[in-house]
Formats: sequence, structure tokens, C-alpha cells
Amino acid sequence: MIQYFSIILMLIGIFGLLIDRNILKLIVSLNVFEIGLNLFIVSIGFVNNGIAPILTANNSSSNLNFVDPLPQALVLTSIVIGLGITSLGLAFARKIYKEYNTFDLNEMGGNN
Amino acid sequence: MKKVLAFILVAILGYFMITGLMTAQEFSTYGNVNLDEKISRNFIDKDVNGKSDEIIYGQTSNPETGSANYVTSIIANYRIFDTLGEVTVLFVSALGVSLLFGKNTKKYNFYESNFILKTASKMIFGLILVVGIYIFVHGHLTPGGGFPGGAMIASSILLMYLADNEFKANINKFKQAESLSGSLILVIGLLGIVTSGYFFYNFLPTGTVGETFSAGIIPIIYTLIGLKVGSELSGVIYNFMLEGGEQ
Repeated sequence: MIQYFSIILMLIGIFGLLIDRNILKLIVSLNVFEIGLNLFIVSIGFVNNGIAPILTANNSSSNLNFVDPLPQALVLTSIVIGLGITSLGLAFARKIYKEYNTFDLNEMGGNN
Repeated sequence: MKKVLAFILVAILGYFMITGLMTAQEFSTYGNVNLDEKISRNFIDKDVNGKSDEIIYGQTSNPETGSANYVTSIIANYRIFDTLGEVTVLFVSALGVSLLFGKNTKKYNFYESNFILKTASKMIFGLILVVGIYIFVHGHLTPGGGFPGGAMIASSILLMYLADNEFKANINKFKQAESLSGSLILVIGLLGIVTSGYFFYNFLPTGTVGETFSAGIIPIIYTLIGLKVGSELSGVIYNFMLEGGEQ
């Protein structure tokens, strides 16, 4: 079920990317898209009644019912890259605001 | 009109994704994943080289990677090329931010903070810093690791910037720490080539699963990644705090 919700979250992000003309809202849409994608990837590795993939003194054997650790590792990569993209996007947005005094792509004009 | 077109496009995309998810034969339904069919079973048994014994916390000594946290063993050992690329992407984005704001010199001033806020934030600053360091030093035993620990260090710097207008982090020291730890990560990878012929080979003894000094190069690499990410994100925050001073 959570897989369908995460797909809907991704679609909301794509919809926002398509219709918005405000740079900050575009960055927020990109983040919503990314969160949906990360939720989807994590949900691929879920196992019923699984436990977190860490050996502890209580869960001390590798034969226990762990959830899949590989999607979690890949999502950690994706989260960090999303952070980098967001910071760079916000830096560009601030630069653009300094240049045009607006965040709206329609009001900027330019030679189109 | 544009909204309707966008909605139709998104609806078509969603229809294909959801029906594809429902009808795919190779794709397990939610929660019914069989790990024995997947590569993750080898990661959990720590036997990608073919020695499959049960791993027991506190008893098994010298497995492939001694990390008790499987996610860490994947990030910092089995798939470390991914992590190297990830660190590079983060470095490039931090570089881009500092290129865009590099000419700014004046620091943005928030409202004047009072005495209680300044003192309390200084007390909390040390605690957040220590928790961040704990998280990346124990990345091979507990949840967390280099990236969350580094983010916590950067958040403590952000707290000081927000609470105290006179606060100045020594940004040059951060840059030195960042480049030093980034180079040391590559040096450890090259040491793997020298000792055993593979880039980033886990050449140290991996010890007993669950002990603090175990897992070979994983804690060293995660500590370096934590320092690198922490100083990089602190640099990004510092750059966002700057304004004016440019033409």
C-alpha cells in the first residue's frame, strides 16, 4: 500500500515541476519528488515482520529475518545527493533574485 | 489549459507506473521479499567470497567485514565506489555554492540576541558536536554514520550562527579539514591496491563483530567522511550567511 502512496507523492512532485513558475516552489517540488522516490526504494526492501539490519546483543544471529539492507544504503546516497542539489538550487535562486528582484520565471523576461 | 495538460500527463504516467507495479512478475509484492533470491543475502551472511557461516554478534571473528550494521558494511565496504561518487557530488555542489557566493564578504545580521540565548546556545553547541562525533565514530555498530554525523556537526555550527551575531567560525580551518580528509579517503583506497591489489580493499584485520575496534577500514573511512561532510556543510552554511560586498 505504501508503494502506491509513494508513487502518488512522486506524481505530485512531477505535477508541481510542470505547472509552477516560481523557483522556490520548483525546488520544493523537486524535494517532494525525491522523498516519494526514496520512500518507494525503501519500501522495495521491506520484509514482513522484519527487523532493522543491525546485529545487536539481542538480535545476535545473521539467520534472523532482516529487512533488505541494500535499498537503505542506496537511499542514503540519494538523500545526500538531494541535499547537494537543494543547496546548489537555493544558491542559484538567491543569485537570480539579486539579478531580477523576482523568483517568478515569467516576470524575468529575457530573449525568448 | 497548461494545468489540464500537466494533469493528463501525470495521470498517464501514474497509470503506467501503478499498473506496471501490480502486474510485474519479477517484482515481489510489498513485504513478501525473499532475501535468499537476492544479493543482500550475501551481504547479510558476509560471504560474497563464498564462505557462508552464521554470523554471531560478539563471537564471530574476522568475517569479511566486521561491521555489525549491515547498511554500513554495504556503504563503506561492499559498494564504496557509490560512496566515493556521493562524496564527490557533495563536494562539487559545495564548490558551486562557494563559487556563487565567494565574492560576498559581509555577514548577514539577524536580530540582536539576548544574553540567555547566547549562553544556552553555547552550552548546547558542545553537546550537539559530541553527539555528532559519537554517531560517526560508532557508525559500524549503531544506526547513523558519516553523513548524519557530519550533518549534526554542521547543524551545531548553524545554531551558533543563528544565535550569536558575533560568532565567526574559522572557515579556513574547515576547508583544510575537508581537503585533508578527502585526500586521506583516497590514500586509504590506494593502500588497498598496495597491500592486496584491489582499490579500497579492507586490508586491516576485521576483528570481532560488535566491538568498537572492529570492521577494519570502515570506522576510519566513516570518521573521515563525517569530518569531510561536516566541514563541507559548515562551509555551505557560512556561504549562505554572507551578503553584499559584491558588484
